[in-house]
Amino acid sequence: MTTPLLQVRDLTVSYLINGTRGRAADGVSFDLHAGERLGIVGESGSGKSTLALALMQLHKPPSHIEAGSALLDGTDLLTLRGEALRRFRWSQVSMIPQGAMNSLNPVMRIGVAMADAIHAHEKGWKPDRIRARIAETLDSVGLDPGVAKLYPHELSGGMKQRVCIALAIILKPKLIIADEPTSALDVVVQRRVIETLKAVQKQIGAALIMIGHDMGLMAQSVDRLAVMYAGRLVENAPIRRFFRTPLHPYSQLLISSLPSPDEVREMKGIPGAQPSLFDLPKGCAFHPRCPAAMPQCRLERPESRLIGTERTVACHLVTKEPAHV
Amino acid sequence: MTWAYFLQRLALFFVVVLTAMTANFILAHAVPGDPIGAVISQMTTRGGAVENSAEIIASYRERFGLDEPIWVQYLVYVWNTLRFDLGTSIIYFPQSVTAAIVNALPWTIGLLLAATVIAFTLGSILGALLAWAATPRLARVLAPLLIVFSSIPYYLLALILLYVFAVWPNWFPLGGGMASGTTGDPMSIAKVLDIAYHGTLPGLSIVLAGLGFWALGMRGAMVNVLGEDYLTLAEAEGLSPRRIFFAYGMRNALLPQVTNLALSLGTIASGSVLVEVAFNYPGIGFLLYDALRASDYFMIQGVCFVLVLTVATAVLVLDLIYPLIDPRIARK
Amino acid sequence: MTSLGTAPGRRPNPVLSALGHVATNPKLLAGLLLVSSLVAVAAIGPLLVDTDMARPISAPSNRPPSLDYPLGTDGGGRDLLAVMIASTPQTLRLGLIAGLVGTIVGTFLGLVAGFFGGWLDKIISTATDVMLTIPPLAVLLIVAASVRTVSVEMMAFIIAALAWMNPARSIRAQVLSLRERAYVEIARISGMSELRIALFEVLPNLLPLIMASFVAAVSGAILAALGLEALGLGPQDTPTLGMTVYWSLLYGAFGRNMWWWWAPPIVVLAILFVGLFLISVGLDEALNPRLRRQS
Repeated sequence: MTTPLLQVRDLTVSYLINGTRGRAADGVSFDLHAGERLGIVGESGSGKSTLALALMQLHKPPSHIEAGSALLDGTDLLTLRGEALRRFRWSQVSMIPQGAMNSLNPVMRIGVAMADAIHAHEKGWKPDRIRARIAETLDSVGLDPGVAKLYPHELSGGMKQRVCIALAIILKPKLIIADEPTSALDVVVQRRVIETLKAVQKQIGAALIMIGHDMGLMAQSVDRLAVMYAGRLVENAPIRRFFRTPLHPYSQLLISSLPSPDEVREMKGIPGAQPSLFDLPKGCAFHPRCPAAMPQCRLERPESRLIGTERTVACHLVTKEPAHV
Repeated sequence: MTWAYFLQRLALFFVVVLTAMTANFILAHAVPGDPIGAVISQMTTRGGAVENSAEIIASYRERFGLDEPIWVQYLVYVWNTLRFDLGTSIIYFPQSVTAAIVNALPWTIGLLLAATVIAFTLGSILGALLAWAATPRLARVLAPLLIVFSSIPYYLLALILLYVFAVWPNWFPLGGGMASGTTGDPMSIAKVLDIAYHGTLPGLSIVLAGLGFWALGMRGAMVNVLGEDYLTLAEAEGLSPRRIFFAYGMRNALLPQVTNLALSLGTIASGSVLVEVAFNYPGIGFLLYDALRASDYFMIQGVCFVLVLTVATAVLVLDLIYPLIDPRIARK
Repeated sequence: MTSLGTAPGRRPNPVLSALGHVATNPKLLAGLLLVSSLVAVAAIGPLLVDTDMARPISAPSNRPPSLDYPLGTDGGGRDLLAVMIASTPQTLRLGLIAGLVGTIVGTFLGLVAGFFGGWLDKIISTATDVMLTIPPLAVLLIVAASVRTVSVEMMAFIIAALAWMNPARSIRAQVLSLRERAYVEIARISGMSELRIALFEVLPNLLPLIMASFVAAVSGAILAALGLEALGLGPQDTPTLGMTVYWSLLYGAFGRNMWWWWAPPIVVLAILFVGLFLISVGLDEALNPRLRRQS
């Protein structure tokens, strides 16, 4: 296989509050290839957003990066500082934020905001070229170029989200991190926005990390899926294989709790609640809710293991890939 | 801006002015010891030195309808005031109140405008810098001193400055708007400089006293803005810190700050009136002081009305400017 | 921060956390120190110094400070130390009464406007805006000039009429945002009546804001009083700090370099204002945690 575009190793982000430490991301490792789409799912509080922010060093105190590295084409995203960090941002890695509603400067026209992003990284561009790029980018997300003259409050939620996508691709970065890009939108708009995102990402050949909690949406949008629980990456598999044979008990429960249009059955949730990151159970963090817990699970924390050639799982129960179904 | 917004602000303007006028009227007539009667008796006691006092008193009675029922008096009063017929002054007899105020008002507005603009601008920049993490230590240390300093009322600060810079060493004039005896001289560079010289200490009082207030307000507004999502995105975009500070930070923090300005104008005007008193500055504050000493009721009423009118006008202007800086307001 | 699960702890007790903040905030402590020392002087002073000497013609006039008269005497033959001891509590009382009345009225109006909304809110908000636009001095002057003689209490009530607007505004804004918070919703869902919600859920969380408004109101009231006194419209018979300054200026104490007459009241007033201000800012920082991280 080709060298991965992004190599994250042992990324650990922690908070220290009142003397207790909580790890929003604990020893997270994964690879991402150019043009690949990785989805990261988990419940609220599983640490997914923290992960996204940390990759761009946008996390704020009291959270800090305790350990780990994130190599993008050889450059460690986590050790960049000052001017180097500023230049790397947006031109190499960009972000589609969680709340597009509030992510656009309310007193600035869309076109000016987009031009800002260009100005910050390309000093020599003439105004015509900037205008052309803005129009082209807006067009690629399905917006009329006239939107550039509008203010954020004059746009609908879906339009604002698309503006954010346009902003994210305007410098044709290598990696786009989308943090719950559709959570605040209604279902119909969600679909359209995701389609737009997929299309432009493919167009510029960027890799995509999409963070969310809607498994159904993920299923249609990503190439690989990673599951986070209590700060740990518990499973990482190609999407089809994941849905056909989920290996981690948590993944299995997640899938079985999805409503199915085929059968009529009782809604099943997952019993129990996610533990507080400051008060994790000993051993495997999932064992209190796990239907298949063994004595070992209470004592020892499972490490992430490569199962087969393309997936990793962190569970004592799983030792080898099951035969293909 | 939309018509609705414009009319709404205009309506507020009229309500303020009308409320002030009505309160004026009610107080004048509800309190025992009819002040207008007092004015008239004042004139009577001075009548020996003033010609035609009897006719003037009679014309007052007629003009203010003192023999008519109260609601007629009220309407007469409102009508007169709107025409700026504010009566005749006792201390500047036979000059009308309006004429005296017209002479004094430019001084007040000049002082107020210059000092407030300076205080607001400097204070806001200082406040914004205080909220910005990258501001150097030195500024952070100096600023609290300045801010605490500004908690002292305009009037006290004026007296302190007066003593420290004018009484003790003779660096600045003890008062007045221009060197005495030069009021009639034509405008010249020297005269302008002289006016500025006389206006320095009064202006300084207002600036120092107001600086801290604006700095604190801006700091609070800025801190709130810095926590907003669009700031995070701007940072993620790798925009220069300078650009983020001005176009994403200050520009948005300015909105509540301007609202603050509109709300504080009344207080600022009151304070600067007192500064005029401390410095014998020939604005309406000075008129007021003399009027109070001589119980020149029409003058007192007139000055108060003009004060309210000035502030209400300034607030209206700010209200109409606001949609220009906040695109979310009043656009169809 | 809810996504992390709560840090080990319980629902914060507003009173205890407030006390904690007081102890760690230098501005707050400094302010409280300044103000309480003035209050101490006001309370204990009259026991140590004969305040009768504050009456006119009780001592030879225009004497500079000496052993007999530590702060000298003024043009009317008053022992200035006695004057200071007598006037400080008067000014404090004035501020306290006006501040209290203004804060209570303002809090009540703010609660009503914020909680019940609708036309009630409209009326109260419009009235507040109108009164805020009118320069306070204009109102005070008309009232004071019409009423010939004022006592400290009268002045306090007149000033209180202008002290309610800012508390009303801030309380209303806070109530509006609190209404949407989770625990109010929970109370509502569990069937609490609106009044009980107002009293037991919303009010306790407004206490820090009310305290901050009160301090600001007291400061504003003394400021307004100073304005009136600077023009000679304060109480004629009872000494206050502002009136002492007025008399000194009237007698030309500035030009005659009688610094012992006008300087002490100005200094005391300055200490009072700075102290109240520090308390106010300290409270602001305690209320807005983001500000704390800045300083």
